[in-house]
Amino acid sequence: MITYTDACRVINDSRDEAVVVTTMTQTKYWYQISEHPDLDIGIANAMSKASSVALGVALGKPDRSVICLDADGSLLMNFGSLATIAGMAPKNLYHFVFNNGIYSVTGGQPVPAPGVEYAKAAEACGYASVFRFDDVESLDSSLPEILASPGPVLIEIMVKGEPQAEGVDQTWESNAKMPLQLRALRKRLTGADDWGPGGPYL
Amino acid sequence: MYQALMDEPSITLVPVAREGEAIPVAAGLFVAGQNPVISIQNAGLYEAGDALRGLALGIGLPLVMFIGYRGHNRKGDTPDSAATILEPFLHMWRVDYFVVESDEDLDRVPLAFELAAKTNQPVAVAIGTEYAKSDKAIGAEQGGAQ
Repeated sequence: MITYTDACRVINDSRDEAVVVTTMTQTKYWYQISEHPDLDIGIANAMSKASSVALGVALGKPDRSVICLDADGSLLMNFGSLATIAGMAPKNLYHFVFNNGIYSVTGGQPVPAPGVEYAKAAEACGYASVFRFDDVESLDSSLPEILASPGPVLIEIMVKGEPQAEGVDQTWESNAKMPLQLRALRKRLTGADDWGPGGPYL
Repeated sequence: MYQALMDEPSITLVPVAREGEAIPVAAGLFVAGQNPVISIQNAGLYEAGDALRGLALGIGLPLVMFIGYRGHNRKGDTPDSAATILEPFLHMWRVDYFVVESDEDLDRVPLAFELAAKTNQPVAVAIGTEYAKSDKAIGAEQGGAQ
């Protein structure tokens, strides 16, 4: 088993200038470690769609690596995105799946089938390569080469489930964070400061 | 329509496995500086509810959504609940929309783009089934974001 903190640390070590799209429990740990918050998007207030947003960014900016920190519960809800990603085959997309077997943010209920092997599923869909790690040393030593190889790559990381007592942060401010991040990232990636306020939070 | 989109070099077609992916893929493309639209059927729009809420309305995404108005006719007696629910659904979600039923309505399409850009909100263009099935139709009945 790998801890969230260790996984995020070694991903951050090899991240370079990649855009990182996170969701749920991964967001909480990633924000404690990320050294490029200006290139981060925490998908909140939208269930399971981190992999789809990451695909869009990767297709729109093929010269920039895009890392998605997805999880088993979220991916099960958006399982078709494996086929969609494989079909578009973005060479710059690195899809991490934190597999803890539970829904952490809703209290730790088990996912319907805790034995699903996501790396195998991605391989069957047609990802360029897939990996599965359950110790941080192997993950750490392999990541530089993985992130230099052509995507789409799925990297399944076996982590220990940590039910979150506090649940999902759903304040007005937390819900406004993602729209602000998305605008800042568009400005960073395109140089255009042209996306004005809109929607309930801005 | 699908073949026409595939053949158009200025358009990149992104076929998605379910409609709920179309809106987040479009959001990612927009963040990356592209100009996405989505093209899905009314039934697929209902499937995409949480994505519409969180990643279009919620972030203020200026996105034109072409919606196949399956079951729509001018007689008001459609047996297809996918049609009878569409306009109440759009009103309930506070999504502005235009209906295209003939060539004479096509000037509403640029209005949808103008409204989306002006309001930073998703705007729907519902393509009537009878029009979509005519030879002249541009149609909008396949899943996909480009």
